[in-house]
Amino acid sequence: MPDRQWSDAEGVGHHVRPYAITGGRTRHSEHSFALITLVVTRSPDGFGGESVEPEAAAILDICRDRAVAIAEIAAELDLPVSVVKVLCGDLLNSELILVQAPPKESDAPSVELIERVMDGIRRL
Amino acid sequence: MAFAASNPVMPTALKILIAGGFGVGKTTMVGSVSEVPPLETEERMTVASVGLDSLAGIENKSATTVAMDFGRITIAPELVLYLFGTPGQHRFWFMWDDLALGALGAVVLADTRRLEQCFASVDYFEKRGTPFAVGINCFHGKREWTTEQVRKALDLGPDTPVMLCDARDRESSKKVLLALLDVARAHALARTASIPGV
Repeated sequence: MPDRQWSDAEGVGHHVRPYAITGGRTRHSEHSFALITLVVTRSPDGFGGESVEPEAAAILDICRDRAVAIAEIAAELDLPVSVVKVLCGDLLNSELILVQAPPKESDAPSVELIERVMDGIRRL
Repeated sequence: MAFAASNPVMPTALKILIAGGFGVGKTTMVGSVSEVPPLETEERMTVASVGLDSLAGIENKSATTVAMDFGRITIAPELVLYLFGTPGQHRFWFMWDDLALGALGAVVLADTRRLEQCFASVDYFEKRGTPFAVGINCFHGKREWTTEQVRKALDLGPDTPVMLCDARDRESSKKVLLALLDVARAHALARTASIPGV
């Protein structure tokens, strides 16, 4: 396994531990997530007997009550976004979370969708 | 595969970018309309060589991480809008594609004392075809420039809204966001009209 902890002597500090959590991975090999990919924990209680790392358990906790964006999880746990993406990739493989990717670039937003957003902003 | 495309409880997430130079009020604008206090997160950049700008003394840190502020507006149970304050410096351009991907559009916040700081954002969104509106943040209480002067200085066409705003004020921020969404709506209408047989 490549040891990326020491690859950037100037950038260490609090970055050492986040990437130690992912076993040195800076991206997931199978899944890619956007900043606003939404995450929901599949099982409302417990992990079905599977043991997960504390950070992964924290993600499952955060995403239990509502769909939470990758960026929100990262802010809440004070972890870099890329670390959260790796952890969520693992949780997805373990079928512990559901994810919803945002509309693709090719799915340009409809007039109706934009008008719904406008109505929502007017109501603020 | 556990992707939840057909799960009815999964909302759709959309985003709008708030761009502009350092200290122009991006986080303030996010906070003025967000239902939660602005959150901050950071992404580690693995690009080794990035351009330097005039902000001396922060190269070491910002060369490896980029901080983003963002907020959330729940439009409906099944529709959530995120507002992202973008890192505005040149050196962060390489991450803007990820940030801009799938965005409904962008607000470019401008400070007339440092108008050149928003040139990069305007260029970027024009080239990408991303709908945007320009808000001139008058938080310092001075309106030294008119919107028409700013429009000319930024070489903007008549279809791009340019308006004075106060990023601290929710109603003012809402007006800028609605102006942007009007542009996005016009883009969507034009797309619909250009599809043959629809």
